[in-house]
Amino acid sequence: MKPFAILANGQALPLAAIPVLEFAKFRRAVIQGVSEDLRLACLCADRSLAGYAVLADEAAHEFRVLRTTFPPVFPSLTPECSQAHLFERELAEQWGLVPEGHPWFKPLRFHPPWSGKDAWQRDAIEPGVMDFYRVEGEAIHEVAVGPVHAGVIEPGHFRFQCHGEQVFHLEIALGYQHRGIERALEGGPYKLTVKMMETAAGDTTIGHAWASALALEALSGTRVPARADWIRAIALELERVANHTGDLGALSGDVGFLPTASYCGRLRGDWLNLTAQLCGSRLGRDLVKPGGTRFDLEPARIADLLLRMEEMARDTANAVELLFATPSVLARFEGIGKLDPHMAKEVGLVGPAARACGRLGDVRIDFPYGPYSDSELPSTVEETGDIAARARVRWAEIQASVAFLRGALDALAELPAGPVSAVCGALAPEHLALGVVEGWRGEVVHLAITNADGRLCRYKVVDPSFHNWTGLAIAMRGEEISDFPLCNKSFNLSYCGFDL
Amino acid sequence: MYKIFLSRLRQGHRTNHYPGETPSLPERLRGLPILDAGHCLEGCRACAEDCPTEAIELSPIPRIDLGQCLFCTACTEACPTGAIRFSQEHRLAARTRADLLLESGRAFKLAEALEVKARSLFGRSLKLRVVSAGGCNGCEVDVNVLSTIGWDLGRFGIQIVASPRHADAVLICGPITKNMELATRKTLDATPDPKLVIAVGACAISGGPFLCQEEQLGGCGGAGIPVDLYIPGCPPHPLTILDGLLRLLGKSGG
Ligand code: SF4
Repeated sequence: MKPFAILANGQALPLAAIPVLEFAKFRRAVIQGVSEDLRLACLCADRSLAGYAVLADEAAHEFRVLRTTFPPVFPSLTPECSQAHLFERELAEQWGLVPEGHPWFKPLRFHPPWSGKDAWQRDAIEPGVMDFYRVEGEAIHEVAVGPVHAGVIEPGHFRFQCHGEQVFHLEIALGYQHRGIERALEGGPYKLTVKMMETAAGDTTIGHAWASALALEALSGTRVPARADWIRAIALELERVANHTGDLGALSGDVGFLPTASYCGRLRGDWLNLTAQLCGSRLGRDLVKPGGTRFDLEPARIADLLLRMEEMARDTANAVELLFATPSVLARFEGIGKLDPHMAKEVGLVGPAARACGRLGDVRIDFPYGPYSDSELPSTVEETGDIAARARVRWAEIQASVAFLRGALDALAELPAGPVSAVCGALAPEHLALGVVEGWRGEVVHLAITNADGRLCRYKVVDPSFHNWTGLAIAMRGEEISDFPLCNKSFNLSYCGFDL
Repeated sequence: MYKIFLSRLRQGHRTNHYPGETPSLPERLRGLPILDAGHCLEGCRACAEDCPTEAIELSPIPRIDLGQCLFCTACTEACPTGAIRFSQEHRLAARTRADLLLESGRAFKLAEALEVKARSLFGRSLKLRVVSAGGCNGCEVDVNVLSTIGWDLGRFGIQIVASPRHADAVLICGPITKNMELATRKTLDATPDPKLVIAVGACAISGGPFLCQEEQLGGCGGAGIPVDLYIPGCPPHPLTILDGLLRLLGKSGG
């Protein structure tokens, strides 16, 4: 018998169908899987310390789910599988589990444990107070920034170990935005569940709301009307285009190239306004709900969207092409903030940041959901892994999304009129379901597990930023500290998505 | 250079003319709710029961706390008689917490301008320090957009600055998580008096979707931070934020 169960995206399984492995076997199976080029998409435990691992098998287009019970102290997976490093710190903080031999064993989000004591036996928990890595030496100095930053951005603390201008090491301490979202979902779903999903990371409202809907629909056996699927995909791609456009503008702003910075700043707002045409909210609030969507797009609205989109796509192309045609801009992007494919794999990088270092992988292509099963999306891989590559991937994705949107709006117009939602009823008891969506930053994973009463006993959210912050820290090694803002923008990761 | 020039021509002039002219708002925008208690059925509790943030109090007719409301329209869907509707009215800012309580038959009291003395201090130049204190980054998105050329906040003398020492006002987003409490208080302390505090979004006013969470304080209200201007929404539309700021400075013209 295989030591794992196979699960497709948006599918539920009875817990009984997932073999419970003795911990040593579980550990081996996870490490073995990752060494065979699978990716650790999720690792977590519930209140009873039942452990779950989800491995993404991109080549086979399926997920492997493994199950165990965590002993209070266990040999850390991290030395042999670095993709587990943050998950293990999370287990230590949430449940007081001790992964022995973890090479970088520190708190993660600075919150009290869900029960008992955490692995460090802390009583008082102060944000950002931990044992930061320090480089010693006469010419070494430390630069500490945040949590409050000099702009309209979320809080986080950055510690640089510098030799002159050169960064030897950057350590990032987050958790300032921690609102306890996962804990709040225990025992749900509640009236606030959809809102919590939408606000896990506000700029990824559609991404998180859709992933959560996929999981809950799987658990309740709800069939979503085709219209709703298309509307969700339209909203998801608009979210992607708006954010990528804004980020390309921000990147040009950071190198002092103001034309693209100002045009893209305006255009990002205009793309968000298109989402508001769907549902009244620029961020897509209250559009996606378990069972479907809360708004339909009637023919006149579709025609209007198409018209506006074409105009904005032209303006966006004009603004972005200017950026790539300006050698002084490219000189600042090329060769800076590099990550190689090997390192990308080690950290389990996802999304555009991973594609920029030559790693394939896109949930829409590998684990298609909704209308992506029948759509051809081009792969947007770049090889150089630097800021320029991340910018190019974003631009390629904007173009691909616009092409997709054209087709999607047409497809929706051709569907017969009908409901856009179905009733999402009670959840099957003692089941596990997975909802995974390619958000604009990458893979958004929602893992939902129900108890005997059909209530959620564990709900795990993995925002793409969870993996990718480590990528940013490593990309800064050896770079000038003055390049940090630029490098940071090229990733543009979510603090609240990480902090939950 | 030539290309930059051509592109400049193509992109044109894009700043909207608010408050002279209101830019077109999305048809589905959910603005100020309209309560019509005359339609309420006796003993009906449908709206209050479906509201995710308990923003509706029945006494016995509904009263909506806009400081807690997420504008999700669950109440509209629940109401059997259409007694709660959402208008497209984007003007929502208020000066006091009590003014955010919306009752049937009572006109919503929009924010008034600062007193003459304060207006003479801040009216021509208001520097904002934004503190993101634990929300979802949604309010930040809609505050940020005001600095783009589409809105050009600078034309009103309002500017976002990097240091609290340079600021006249602290604009708070997010429910103020426990982990951000110290940083938020320090930022407030570092801002010279006299200063203003502006709470943007349901989180900063009351905790928003996180109001039941122990991990946060319940916004400025829960943290005991006095607020000069409340801008409700989840998140508020940029126009709602701009209108609130202009109202405070007596520049709204309407
Ligand atoms: S719109 Fe506001 S009052 Fe109505 S249900 Fe939603 S949060 Fe409650």
